[in-house]
Amino acid sequence: MTLRTEPITINLGPQHPSTHGVFRLRVTFDGEIVVDAEPVLGYLHRGSEKLAESRTFVQVVTLTDRMDYTSSMTNNQAYVLTVEKLAGIEVPERAQYIRVISAELSRISSHLMATGFLLNDLGAFATPLMYCFRERERILDLFEMLCGARITLSFMRPGGIFQDTPEDFWPALTDFISNFPKYLDELETLITGNEVVLARTNDVGVISPSDAINASLSGPMLRATGVEWDLRKADPYEIYDRLEFDVPIGSKGDTFDRYFVRVQEMRESLKIIAQCIRDIPIGPIKTETPFFVRPAAGDAYAAVEGPKGELGFYLVSDGGIAPYRCKVRAPSFINLTLLKEMLVGWKMGDLITIFGSIDIVLGEVDR
Amino acid sequence: MCNEFAGGLIHFCNIYSIFDSFLPENLDWMAFMMAAISLAFAAINVVVMATALYILFERRVLARFQARLGPNRWGPFGIFQPIADLIKIITKEDTTTDIADKIVHNLAPIIFLSATLAVIAVIPLGNNSFLGKLNVGVLYIVAITSVNVVAIIMAGWADGNKYSMLGAMRGVAMLISYEIPMGLAIVGVILMSGTMSLSGIVEAQELPFLLVQPLGFLIFLIASIAEMSRAPFDQIEAESELGAGYHTEYSGMKFGIFQLAEFMAPLITGIVVTTLFLGGFRGWAWLPGELWFLIKVFSVVFVLLWIRATWPRIRFDQIMAFSWKALLALAFLNIIILVVEIEIFQDNLGSISLNSLILMGAINWVVTIVSIVFMANALGQSKLKRPKAQPSSLANMYAESE
Amino acid sequence: MYGFGLIKGLWITLKNLLIPSRMFTVHQYPDRKASPLDLAKINESNLFVYLFSHPLSSIKSLLGLISISDRQKQHPRFRGEEFSWYEERCTGCASCAKYCPLGIIEIVTKPSGKFIPEGEKYFLEKFDIDIGRCMFCGLCVEACPYDALHMGSGFEEGKYSREELVINKQRLVESEKHPSNWFRPQLENKTYNPFGPKSVEWDNVGRHEQPTMEDLEDRWADR
Repeated sequence: MTLRTEPITINLGPQHPSTHGVFRLRVTFDGEIVVDAEPVLGYLHRGSEKLAESRTFVQVVTLTDRMDYTSSMTNNQAYVLTVEKLAGIEVPERAQYIRVISAELSRISSHLMATGFLLNDLGAFATPLMYCFRERERILDLFEMLCGARITLSFMRPGGIFQDTPEDFWPALTDFISNFPKYLDELETLITGNEVVLARTNDVGVISPSDAINASLSGPMLRATGVEWDLRKADPYEIYDRLEFDVPIGSKGDTFDRYFVRVQEMRESLKIIAQCIRDIPIGPIKTETPFFVRPAAGDAYAAVEGPKGELGFYLVSDGGIAPYRCKVRAPSFINLTLLKEMLVGWKMGDLITIFGSIDIVLGEVDR
Repeated sequence: MCNEFAGGLIHFCNIYSIFDSFLPENLDWMAFMMAAISLAFAAINVVVMATALYILFERRVLARFQARLGPNRWGPFGIFQPIADLIKIITKEDTTTDIADKIVHNLAPIIFLSATLAVIAVIPLGNNSFLGKLNVGVLYIVAITSVNVVAIIMAGWADGNKYSMLGAMRGVAMLISYEIPMGLAIVGVILMSGTMSLSGIVEAQELPFLLVQPLGFLIFLIASIAEMSRAPFDQIEAESELGAGYHTEYSGMKFGIFQLAEFMAPLITGIVVTTLFLGGFRGWAWLPGELWFLIKVFSVVFVLLWIRATWPRIRFDQIMAFSWKALLALAFLNIIILVVEIEIFQDNLGSISLNSLILMGAINWVVTIVSIVFMANALGQSKLKRPKAQPSSLANMYAESE
Repeated sequence: MYGFGLIKGLWITLKNLLIPSRMFTVHQYPDRKASPLDLAKINESNLFVYLFSHPLSSIKSLLGLISISDRQKQHPRFRGEEFSWYEERCTGCASCAKYCPLGIIEIVTKPSGKFIPEGEKYFLEKFDIDIGRCMFCGLCVEACPYDALHMGSGFEEGKYSREELVINKQRLVESEKHPSNWFRPQLENKTYNPFGPKSVEWDNVGRHEQPTMEDLEDRWADR
């Protein structure tokens, strides 16, 4: 007589210490193996795209930096590039350099948070998390110098940035760049060589390159599978075509690769910032645009390489002061396409690890 | 009974003689009882208060590892924090599920705590200071710590909650599979010292057994960390995992007793490791034996805390594989090597000279390193090496920009 | 490999435990217990000199009875919660109210009958800012053409009921004005400190002019 077992469905509810926000997942287990996984989204939906239809083009900037709240600068940058493409506004060079510096700083900040939380999900009892957050404090102090707030920044405006940098920003930035690699080396020694981390993340949650491209993944998830695709090199915007940096890729497409690609990207960002500090010109920081920008009727799409993937805005204007339609291509939401294929067949202990390595932020998934 | 030897600092006979001196002669059974009760009372109180202080110590030191401060508001350096925790736990509501089995539900924390507390009864605390002298002390320790398993099953079953029962089953599976390497590592110690009594083991350690049999020490340390379900083996009670563990349905002081027993376990483990492997109360003569004992226990406890702060947790099937494949094989290897060495180095009287001990230690360290390398390769270390990254041919951004 | 990665990880954690300069992000707001070392540093004397000259304070601080305040350093460009508004400069144009994304500024004006040759300045009957719903984005400050509204520098504006969170015109007029440097580069010189005790009057606040190329080259000359 054979034993009859039954799969049970557990609700990994919206309130959970390790789901990076209010994310609900209905998982079906057969013993210890995951058989089915169904995400339920929408717990943080605030109607950003509809709200954008009743705000002017400059007021929408404040809406955009609340979507991916771990890296506000790239959200601002994507939106502002779209408005400039739509309205045909030229941006002065100094503003572009400062935009690139702040985007790379926020990329470092987002990757630090992703790494810290991945280690927290693995069970390292918050120690690497605290180290990552301590270094992130330095970046947030730099942001406070630039625009007065730490997380919801609203730094950029269509036509440039809103105010020039204070004088004590540049010594602090140079200080940060010279101290940070030493810290990254320490983090790598703590994590990359650790056999427990290797044993838990090696060959876990593997995606093949063709699956990744078919599911339109982007960002570190795509690069970890080995596909070399980065918007900063494939379709350069702002001044990225003048900068020299490498694009790290992974070898196997598993969880360890996704973590390792993020660490290497942090080092590349430091290189970019150093080149920008060296080359930045003196000049105006914003072209004169009216308060209520009125682009001609039409539509435009512009995308940037955010820390989570390709972040794009599609704006339709009908000649008024507010966008007629604003659609956001949110990378975290599209990176969740392959969630079920990545989770099925793995064990209960791997579930949280694989989910943590996708690095989603719920503000972007639900907008 | 008390006429043979002079006791050390903490010895039953000293206390008995104090009581005996002011009670009349035919009431010496009462003196005996009062001495026993007062000694047990003092011992239990000291251990419980030490646990409370250890909880504070752990929280502060873990916080310092994580670049933040621990609780330091109540009293100087946060000394009154355990009192605040105690008040919080006592004033919480004590819930029980409707379908619970009340007797088993109430009994589980008590058994858990008493099993953990009863270990200190046989530990030698100083030269001739102990609470009780047992000829088979080691067997007693191994047996008493196995009662924890029963308490966990009782706790998981009595609530009627299938998730806590699942968590308890997983926990018990892990605990019983780590008792085997623990016992086998202790066999190595018994072989070297020739006796199962803990005072005899301490006496036989002219060179601490950490230096003579490092493999046994490592196996015992890892197995006892798993017995305590502490990081990196705390999959069963991790907060970020699904099964919430065997103590889900407990609240109030019963949960407080579970927490007390869980935080007492590192102290007890430190005491046992010190006695078996680090030489107990032996040390140079310029400090009394009890102080050496405390220093050694403190260092073992600090190492346990250090490990907890640093390493992530291991997945459950990897925990079981590690115990049954790696630790068991290494424990057997340890016993075989020790038997061979004792046969070679033992002289006619049955004792081993200090030089031979040092030679044995050197051989054993080499054996340890070689066997760990061999075991790591045998268990699939080569799969952890990462291949070099090759860009995939499916997308190439450099070609498109032309 | 073979456990060495684990040992190296242990070494990193121990380094972070023992080196005290790694804990720079810890601020025990609002005050923390002072140790004799802190008290000696405040009195600018050596530790042992302080222990001998003030024995009572040393013992009290060892028992944890003395507190000193501990706040995080804010940059002068910090976007604070209370607003600085100068009634003498405000003309009632309501650009700030039009520019606010949330629409929380409420302005009611009436003709004042003054300055008629220059084009009349409105008299404000009501100027309410609801900081219970404000997101402190600063677009209102950016919109003001006369530099009458500035962001504040504090963050301790919590009240016990929602009605008290609406700043009305009387509170704005009577409060101490510590405008922050946000979008006001004319305030960014080394002598002005928004967190200092002095408040700024309406004729000292200056105007935000676009800098010329010569000004920019002077400013960034040593870069």
